[in-house]
Amino acid sequence: MKRAEAFLIPLAAVAAAMLVFGLFCAALGVNPFAVYASIYRAGFGSWYSWQNTLVRASPLLLTGLCTAIPVRAGVIVIGNEGAVVMGGMGAIAAGLATLSWTPWLSLGAMSAAAMLCGGVWIASSVALQHYRGVSAVISGLLLSYIAIATMDQLIEGPLRDPSSLNNPATYPLTADHRLGSFSGTHVHHGLIFGLIACVLAWFLIEKTSFGFAVKIAGGNVRAARLAGLPVGRLVMTAGFLGGAAAGLAGMIEVAAVHGRANESLNAGYGYTGILVAFLARHNPALVILVALFVGGLSASGGMLQRAHDLPDATIAVLQGILFLFILLSDTVYGRLRARMDGGAKTVAAAV
Amino acid sequence: MTARFTRREAMALAGATALGLRSPAAEHLTLGFLYNGPKNDLGYNQSHAEGRLALKGMPQVRTVEEASVPETVAAEESMRDMIFQDGAAAVFATSFGYYDPFTIDMARENPGVQFFHCGGLYDEARHPKNIGIYFGFIDEVEFLSGMLAGMATKTGKIGFVAAKPIPQVLRNINSFTLGARSVNPSVTTKVVFTGDWVLPVREAEASSSLADQGIDVLTGHTGSPRVIVQTAERRGVFGCGYQFDQSSMAPRGFLSGAEWAWGTVYLRVAKLIGEGKSVTSGTIPRRLTGTLKDEFCKLSPFGPSVREQARRRVADAKQAILNGRLDIYRGPLRTNEGRIAVPAGKVLKIEDVELDKMDYLVEGVQGSARG
Repeated sequence: MKRAEAFLIPLAAVAAAMLVFGLFCAALGVNPFAVYASIYRAGFGSWYSWQNTLVRASPLLLTGLCTAIPVRAGVIVIGNEGAVVMGGMGAIAAGLATLSWTPWLSLGAMSAAAMLCGGVWIASSVALQHYRGVSAVISGLLLSYIAIATMDQLIEGPLRDPSSLNNPATYPLTADHRLGSFSGTHVHHGLIFGLIACVLAWFLIEKTSFGFAVKIAGGNVRAARLAGLPVGRLVMTAGFLGGAAAGLAGMIEVAAVHGRANESLNAGYGYTGILVAFLARHNPALVILVALFVGGLSASGGMLQRAHDLPDATIAVLQGILFLFILLSDTVYGRLRARMDGGAKTVAAAV
Repeated sequence: MTARFTRREAMALAGATALGLRSPAAEHLTLGFLYNGPKNDLGYNQSHAEGRLALKGMPQVRTVEEASVPETVAAEESMRDMIFQDGAAAVFATSFGYYDPFTIDMARENPGVQFFHCGGLYDEARHPKNIGIYFGFIDEVEFLSGMLAGMATKTGKIGFVAAKPIPQVLRNINSFTLGARSVNPSVTTKVVFTGDWVLPVREAEASSSLADQGIDVLTGHTGSPRVIVQTAERRGVFGCGYQFDQSSMAPRGFLSGAEWAWGTVYLRVAKLIGEGKSVTSGTIPRRLTGTLKDEFCKLSPFGPSVREQARRRVADAKQAILNGRLDIYRGPLRTNEGRIAVPAGKVLKIEDVELDKMDYLVEGVQGSARG
């Protein structure tokens, strides 16, 4: 029953969201079925559209983990955007400092710096909650603003390339110090980082004693303490790992997309990551599927504008409705089972 | 076996589609437009979206557009979709941040398509030949708008809410202030930087706090100063717009504003492309820039509180600019830190590249060019 529930409830939530979104489209005078067909074609219909989807899913794999991992330790993290930004800044600083190194070593330094920056960023908001009782939701959100302001300050000040007149940015990385694309496609290598991170995170949470301990700490702190688990360390590690993933997303933006850091680091991947984690019910393996799904949705946003003349916010509306239904569906868990079990008992009594 | 398309195959396919479109039966020219924000922002993005509407009169031209395209891989994907799915022969990337690396990469990937970017810094040595740059110099219109502010103010204090201290913004603050001081030399402009292009709440707060400080004309340079003009109206002070006509935000206190007229550019480029010309072959200019005279920008309609005398004075100044008798940046021009920016006797025409690097605020502006 539990298994069926874990499968049926999210599916029902997605179906309900699609129904409401369909009504939204109909209200705008557009045939909802045509819209869904377009979403499918533009996001998943061909290898061409899959490339678009993969490119867009790539950062979401990592920002999704930023919420998904700490939640397992009982902390809701929504400061993903800040971690992406700080990771990106760490990456460009390390990248520019290591331009004389062999490219792969430099990229390694960039990754390490990005993970450190993102990890410390999220861990600090987790620490505020765990040790000082300040909600990580609030502190994470506020820390994101601080991260964005810090980035603006850095790219308009000490790290600014003076030739970037009307679009302040740092100095660029050289071409060989950037991440390339898979040959014959426009999907960059950042995708690999995300996929590996999701698989590793899944293994860590589901298959190791560390993951087991994290889940106990997240499920019942008192029980975890009674069992002698180092709750503080577990929670902080989970926070750090989540932040490190988001920081890596920032590094990929810098190394694979922009080749430098500018204000586009703050492009909302962190916020979309929250949606991805909740849709995936914080399961790192499912984060892969959901990131592809959400990536495909954003890939189709353009076609909805061009082919159906729908507003540019349409995909954001769909994502919002989805998020709402997923959150709502969280309250149904257990009840469905109770009702069905209750029903079975009544039937048994009647017999 | 599944059908797998490599990029090259996809391009070949797109090429075939484009050929189909060029067949005599359907002589259509498809142009793609990308905007960074919503099309109805009463600001920069709407100025481009309205410019596109100028092409409605050309029946052979079909336009496709995408709004709220961030300056990330999304920009690249949108351009690619317009080319491959809609057969666009040219793409107009209207936001500054689309240029490097997205427009450059896409131009390299699609040598048969023409790319027009608003404001990019083209580098002959490194950038592909199928990129054209277009931009307008709006300083003169800011000057005229500033004149209206200078005539309207009673306290002699003007407020300017600006996004970032970059050259383009500094130019507007300076030319607006120079305009105001040309009619009333005692006027000062107080500048507040918000730090980003679209921060409506902070723009409203800054506007309100400026009004608290005795400022009686408000203007600004953000993605869309609609909130600034709206706050001006609410606080009972005059407002000057920018980017687009914001008169609807302040039915009483709106003076005027400098707005873009991109339709001029889009019409001209569309006609040239329709005639088979291209930026690649050099038959369309690599850099297409213009001023008030070229109708790349214009003054918004006057608000009801602008008196006849002020209208005449601005009309005269406009005529002087059009005749080349009035230059905005003429020496001696001092910065607000006492440095000489333009020495006496020297005139900088507004197309002068030296102005593209502006890093100062002129005398009369209260604020720092470093934000």
